[in-house]
Amino acid sequence: MVPLSWYMLLSLAVFTIGVFGFLTRRNVILMFMSIELMLNAVNINLIAISHYMQDLRGQILAFFVIVVAAAEAAIGLAIVIALFRNRATAHVDEVQEMKG
Amino acid sequence: MKLYLLIPFLPLAAFIINILLGKEVLRNKAHWPSCLAIIGSFIISVITLFDVMNGKIINEDLYTWIVSGKFKVSVGFLIDQLTAVMLIVVTCVGSLIHIYSIGYMHGDKGYYRFFSYLSLFTFSMLMLVTANNFLQLYFGWEGVGVCSYFLIGFWYQKRAAADAGKKAFIVNRFGDFGFAIGIFMIFLTFGTIHYAPVFEGVKEYVGHTVNFLGWEVDLLTLIALLLFCGAIGKSAQMPLHVWLPDAMEGPTPVSALIHAATMVTAGVFLVARCNAIFGLSPVAMNVVAIVGGITSVFAATIACVQNDIKRIIAYSTLSHLGMMFVACGVGAFAAGVFHLYTHAFFKALLFLGAGSVIHAVGHNDVQRMGGLRKYMPITYATMFIAALSAGGIPGLAGFFSKDEIVWSAYAAHTGVGNFVWLLMTSIAFFTPFYSFRMMFLAFHGKFRGTHHEQHHLHESPKVMTIPLILLAVGAFAGGWVGIPSVLGGGAHFAHFLEPVVGHPDFHGTHAEEFRIMGTSTTIAIIGLVLAFIFYISKTYIPAKLAKDYNIPYRILFNKYYFDELYDSILVKPTMWSARKILVGFTDAKIIEGVVNGVPKLIGLFSGRLRRIQTGLAHHYGIFMTAGAFFIILYMLFWR
Repeated sequence: MVPLSWYMLLSLAVFTIGVFGFLTRRNVILMFMSIELMLNAVNINLIAISHYMQDLRGQILAFFVIVVAAAEAAIGLAIVIALFRNRATAHVDEVQEMKG
Repeated sequence: MKLYLLIPFLPLAAFIINILLGKEVLRNKAHWPSCLAIIGSFIISVITLFDVMNGKIINEDLYTWIVSGKFKVSVGFLIDQLTAVMLIVVTCVGSLIHIYSIGYMHGDKGYYRFFSYLSLFTFSMLMLVTANNFLQLYFGWEGVGVCSYFLIGFWYQKRAAADAGKKAFIVNRFGDFGFAIGIFMIFLTFGTIHYAPVFEGVKEYVGHTVNFLGWEVDLLTLIALLLFCGAIGKSAQMPLHVWLPDAMEGPTPVSALIHAATMVTAGVFLVARCNAIFGLSPVAMNVVAIVGGITSVFAATIACVQNDIKRIIAYSTLSHLGMMFVACGVGAFAAGVFHLYTHAFFKALLFLGAGSVIHAVGHNDVQRMGGLRKYMPITYATMFIAALSAGGIPGLAGFFSKDEIVWSAYAAHTGVGNFVWLLMTSIAFFTPFYSFRMMFLAFHGKFRGTHHEQHHLHESPKVMTIPLILLAVGAFAGGWVGIPSVLGGGAHFAHFLEPVVGHPDFHGTHAEEFRIMGTSTTIAIIGLVLAFIFYISKTYIPAKLAKDYNIPYRILFNKYYFDELYDSILVKPTMWSARKILVGFTDAKIIEGVVNGVPKLIGLFSGRLRRIQTGLAHHYGIFMTAGAFFIILYMLFWR
């Protein structure tokens, strides 16, 4: 039996990788992937705790997170495609029209 | 149906019709609603007068206007003897002046505007006299004030007219300020501002004192004097008289209606209406008499040297208003109102005659007129009657009322009474003198204008001369309702007003009364003869006198330098402080400082703050992460 703390350590590791990836990468696609990592870290946590607590609600919530992540990925990729068509780039530093 | 309600509301309806439709629809027919309305009002006023004569006094509240705690005011009407007289004066003289205006204002660009204002004025004036409480009186009071402003500045393209309108309005603020405080005092004292309870309850307050600005003063004297402040402003008594001569910039019918016959007499009406209050305060009565007496002599002396025909009559109006206040001040309120009534006729007639002259000659300067009686016989004849009447020549309207005042002043047998009696006797000399100076200069001798002007001379159209003739009838015979008993008359006028204003407690034998009357009449005839000598037979005398007595002449010609005095002690400092303090400091520094400072501050702050918005996605990422980190830290360790 794998103890809960291992799962949580795994989740922590994945989440940290996601955060650092999001902050250090400049490529939009890679930033997206980092966000997906963060979301999945959360999912791992949810399912692990759900199992540990013998409560299915955590797993249900995980499904919601997956759905939201899918929707977000669809919209995000659409934005990336639109961006690439207009600017021929996927590099976020070159896109700063909203600068104050 | 309350018929009397139509008296004020017909002119209001005419005003509404004219102001809405006058410009586009009625155009040069704009006089119809106004004239019909005021003639209707006149007819109803006559009916009302007969009702009042038969003892039917109306005093009813129609509508609760304002309720606020203890303060309760209704829209209500009081039609008693005094109001009935005022109604007749306003609507009768008003109707004739309305008709006259059809001819005088013919072809003016603002024709409909003129008649709209005239109707609005009539409405306000009628509300003023029919009110049964002080607030409604005040409403009418300010209404006529604002109409006066509109009509003085009727030809607003002319700088002088616009300025004169403003002057009239601003000078009246001084008086009305006191008047308003007087009404507040009445409310504080009596707990109501309706006439009936105030005048009935006033006796209980004799001898009460009140702390006013640190002084213990007699309550009723204070109230009376504050009310009199309003009267001073509206009736142009010293020291607030300066606006009336300037008000002559308005069209002449306006001068006749507002600045001679009706509005300016509102002050006298107020004092007569509040006779219950004034009568209990000897100090206030003396102030009224002295202010009136001094104003009347002061104005009469100025009138003797002026050259503007309308200003001569304007100063004459001041003088006559002063006489009315003298009558009120010595307790003969009925005599004051009687003079108000006769004065309305002969003064309106003088003004309308002057208007007719100006219409023909094209300017106001009597020195450049002369010999007009050949060209305008009707104007001449009617104005002559008015001048005789004003001058107090026996038999005419003005004689009876003036004589009543002179006699009242004498018969009061008080120090102040004797003083004002002397003043009134001197007025008896001045009035015929300046009236006939004007008549002789304008109508006798040779025409002194240009050829071009002479060619243009003509009698005015019928629509103007018929009102003159009708007014002349009033100026001639109007006084016959008040022939004193010493001359075999019944003094009906005074008896009629007795229920409202009471009867003065005068003692004097008939012989005394004849003596007083004889003195003033002789003096009046001397004045007339002197005017004849000066301006017809020996015309070199006035110029010589003016040269020999240059300084007094200059003082009179410049109206005792009152305008200059006010200019230097009031107008200039006010303008200076307005420019330097209000515009230069308050406006430029404080107001604009706040208005401009707030956006500047926001701009400064947001200018710094917006640098956070770099537009670089990873900066936002760092902020979000750091924010989440600190929130978690807070939740874990501080909470």
